[in-house]
Amino acid sequence: MLLIRCPYCEEERPELEFRNAGEAHIARPTDIAAISDDDFEKFFFIRQNPKGIIYERWRHVHGCARFFNAVRDTVSDKFVMTYKAGEPKPSKLPGVSK
Amino acid sequence: MSGAFRIGNAGRLTPARTARFTFDGKAYTGVEGDTLASALLANGVHLVGRSFKYHRPRGFLSAGAEEPNALVEIARDSARKTPNVRATVQELYDGLSAKSQNRWPSLSFDVGAVNDVASPFFSAGFYYKTFMWPKSAWKNIYEPNIRSAAGLGVAPDQPDPDHYSSRFAHCDVLIVGGGAAGLAAALAAAETGVRVIVADEQAEFGGALRFESGAGIEGQDGWAWAQGVVAKLKSMGNVRVLPRTTAFGYYAQNFVALVERVSEHLADPGHDVPRERLWQVRAKRVVLATGAIERHMVFADNDRPGVMLASAARTYLNHYGVAVGRNVGVYTANDSAYAAAIDLKKAGVNVAAIVDLRDNPSGALIDQARAAGIEIHDGRAVTRVGGKLRVSSMIVQPKNGGGERTIAIDALLMSAGWTPSVHLFSQSRGKVAFNEDKRFVPGTYAQDCVSVGACNGTDGLAASMDEAYAAGAKAAKETGGKAAKANKPKVDADEVWSRGMLGSAPGAGPDATVKAFVDFQNDVTAKDIRQAVREGMRSIEHVKRFTTNGMATDQGKTSNMHGLAIAADMLSKPIPEVGLTTFRAPYTPVTFGAIISHARGPLFDPTRRTPMHGWAEKHGAVFEDVGQWKRAWYFPRAGEDMHAAVDRECVAVRKTAGLFDASTLGKIEVVGPDAAKFMELLYTNPWEKLEVGRCRYGIMLREDGFIYDDGVVGRLAADRFHVTTTTGGAARVMNHMEDYLQTEFPQLNVWLTSISEQWAVIAVQGPKSREIIAPLVEGIDMSDEAMPHMSVREGKICGVPTRLFRMSFTGDRGFEVNVPADYGQAVWEALWAEGQKHDAAAYGTEAMHVLRAEKGYIIVGQDTDGTVTPNDAGLDWAVGKKKTDFVGIRGLTRPDLVAKGRKQLVGLRTKDPKIVLEEGAQVVDNPNQPIPMKMIGHVTSSYWSENCGRSIALALVAGGRDRMGETLYVPMPDKVIEVEVTGMVFFDEKGERLNG
Ligand SMILES: [Zn+2]
Repeated sequence: MLLIRCPYCEEERPELEFRNAGEAHIARPTDIAAISDDDFEKFFFIRQNPKGIIYERWRHVHGCARFFNAVRDTVSDKFVMTYKAGEPKPSKLPGVSK
Repeated sequence: MSGAFRIGNAGRLTPARTARFTFDGKAYTGVEGDTLASALLANGVHLVGRSFKYHRPRGFLSAGAEEPNALVEIARDSARKTPNVRATVQELYDGLSAKSQNRWPSLSFDVGAVNDVASPFFSAGFYYKTFMWPKSAWKNIYEPNIRSAAGLGVAPDQPDPDHYSSRFAHCDVLIVGGGAAGLAAALAAAETGVRVIVADEQAEFGGALRFESGAGIEGQDGWAWAQGVVAKLKSMGNVRVLPRTTAFGYYAQNFVALVERVSEHLADPGHDVPRERLWQVRAKRVVLATGAIERHMVFADNDRPGVMLASAARTYLNHYGVAVGRNVGVYTANDSAYAAAIDLKKAGVNVAAIVDLRDNPSGALIDQARAAGIEIHDGRAVTRVGGKLRVSSMIVQPKNGGGERTIAIDALLMSAGWTPSVHLFSQSRGKVAFNEDKRFVPGTYAQDCVSVGACNGTDGLAASMDEAYAAGAKAAKETGGKAAKANKPKVDADEVWSRGMLGSAPGAGPDATVKAFVDFQNDVTAKDIRQAVREGMRSIEHVKRFTTNGMATDQGKTSNMHGLAIAADMLSKPIPEVGLTTFRAPYTPVTFGAIISHARGPLFDPTRRTPMHGWAEKHGAVFEDVGQWKRAWYFPRAGEDMHAAVDRECVAVRKTAGLFDASTLGKIEVVGPDAAKFMELLYTNPWEKLEVGRCRYGIMLREDGFIYDDGVVGRLAADRFHVTTTTGGAARVMNHMEDYLQTEFPQLNVWLTSISEQWAVIAVQGPKSREIIAPLVEGIDMSDEAMPHMSVREGKICGVPTRLFRMSFTGDRGFEVNVPADYGQAVWEALWAEGQKHDAAAYGTEAMHVLRAEKGYIIVGQDTDGTVTPNDAGLDWAVGKKKTDFVGIRGLTRPDLVAKGRKQLVGLRTKDPKIVLEEGAQVVDNPNQPIPMKMIGHVTSSYWSENCGRSIALALVAGGRDRMGETLYVPMPDKVIEVEVTGMVFFDEKGERLNG
């Protein structure tokens, strides 16, 4: 069972309290009704599924109920960091070398 | 007398405290503190089991958790029957009853042993090769027969009457293993004041000190020191000492699972104590002090009862006071077996000879053995043994061949060296390294843990304890402890283990056809490993699966290194290039009981009951499970079956009225200045212009355009909506709304509150519904003019607040009375009393389903399946055409969603009105086409409708709305049913009854 740091509660809590919510930093187009089929495909269907660092959304569903973002290594399952929804994708990751 | 092989002046047990037990029906006497193994050995019993595949007679290999052979069934009663218990860890209690396994008709005469003679047929990989075809034989012949012939114990066939418990624990330092190293680490950490948990799988702490007669610490013998340390640790408030507790799994972020055997050792555990307790420990630092496991020698017939590890014989002698024989031989490739021989000799047991594979071994132990008068045959090998059910002799030969010599023995002690127990380290995702001593030891760590002592490849008591004490102090300091007191225990007398060998011994080499066992539990021989390589297995992971070496409960404890060395030799590769197999949890078997703990029976899953549950129960409701809810399904009267009850309930609703418990509906309050804007975005319908006090049926889509949920929404105020969802959708709809509000539309000033459990909901439906409710209501004008269909009012009913909805899920005049949950049953009872005046009935979910289907009202999740659009469901009218945005707006215009020929919801009328279609049945347009037929749709809802006097059905059919009047077919196993495609409304097509 993983420990996940909720950036709103500012503490590590057991995985049981959280639910994964898929890849992060995919913004819903503000003019969604007007976008092309290709753009809709990219927005709705295409996901990265990387081996290594993934930026993903989690919800502290059985806690403060907030959605937030996390950086996780899909190989080791280790959380690199978590940050609030709406904050930009971090350019530098602590403890991760290229 | 507790056995002829009990030695008066040896061991630590108290002979007077006897315990009686039976094995295969025969009565024996042992001593309190014995294991089943030591008690049997004290009585001269070595033959205790038959092997997995060849049914060969087997005895005790070890004195601990690594035991692969001595698996027995322990039965307290017919339900408390545990198979595959290792006799070497089962503590004896008075009245214990054990049985051998995998034999018929008896242990000494076993018919299955024919497999041993026919063994060429059962060589490695035979399961894969022999039973390939014909395919059908797998199900009918091969699998049932293999399952009954293979396998060891028999699972009990009754529910487990024992109970189990589960605890979460947090600590600064968790120490796994309570031998000399573990205790040194625990001392160091405990003294600094940090929270310490120290666990050991044995009943008493001490580890190898149990048999190391040469160890002296702090002026005492090693074992006595260990007991003193444990007493001290137990007295400290910051330390939890867990004996009989195995750390079996090491998971992410220092999460370690331990199982404590609480009452398995008690003669009469009573009902107050659990059988086992699961500890889920989160530790800031973990110290692994898991020790090492002695390896056996790989030579012909090394599995004869009486052939065992040297350290096991030493344990039985020095701890339990039991001699494993009267005339023992020793076969070794390292020094530690000499210590066993010397101890036995001192206790008065004859040591026939030590056979040492090494040329000219030297050192203090060898000198001591010589001085004790023990014959040493160096540079020689034991190439096989005599005896069938018990070893009777060893055949000794110079290791490079030459004249044989037979030496009579009744037990043979063997040692090929020691394998560090890196199981938990490996589970923690650490990477092992192959060191210069040809041992796999912890290399790169993946978590905050450290290995100390023998499991780290550290030899010798003093070196191990130094390392452990330092590690304990460091872990404590890093987790906030004070500085350690630096009173490291002083080692006065040391025992140092030496290296040994890997792989097969002389006589079991590549040319030999003998059975030299590598893995006793899975009956894997040196020859099997070689055959696997010959047949093309190159990776050790493939060799493992082909031969089953190191599988099952062994998990490589005794077999791994020998198997690996033999494979590497065959491949002419260095061992690290062939690689080590992955160690998997659990380290030793764990019961399902311990894992599920209290989560069984009624506690398996939470049960949700509505506020009116008690009333329904009292009135004979039959309940159905809907998710976690118990919902009243129907209310049978005396003599009624389900069919009759549902028919009566359906008729009553349309004739007079019915009361229905709708409390399980999901309810969400959407509040705030931007509430209407938010509703516009989350639902397909327009909301801005919905008047306060009015309701609307809303459809929620996912972004891909498919229906996600539906429900009636009432506008209580300009900035307040009372939203209802499906029963099953309540939680996910709330999640869906929160997701959009928090991440996509955070600019909207809206609050969402789940109010599902706050409001009890009583649906009163039918022509008399208003007359039933009105007398109880204050402050609400319920006339059609003041309160038309699809409106909502707030007021009081029976003196308590209500949100009164005028809405209908039956097509008749109807209301849904929301009251605070605590008043649910009281208001229901009051409405029921009024209802009785009008012959109203209580109706359940089945009648609710029928009534809504008569009107063609869909149920999301039954008539839709996540691939249905509003248009497919005939609900296009609910999509706001002028809207520029809502979730799903773009999805709806995808090419596939606007294509012709999509499956559309329609009604089906069977040509024979008496036939009720099966839900899920497939629909075809030509019943005479060859199989597989082209299926053009399926039945989603189907019922007998007493109100219509016929069966009714809804179905998703390709191009359905263009097929009105067409005849289609529903093929069933026994007949083909003709149906006509119709509209979805079967009753009151004009909808006049809503105001009727
Ligand atoms: Zn939180």
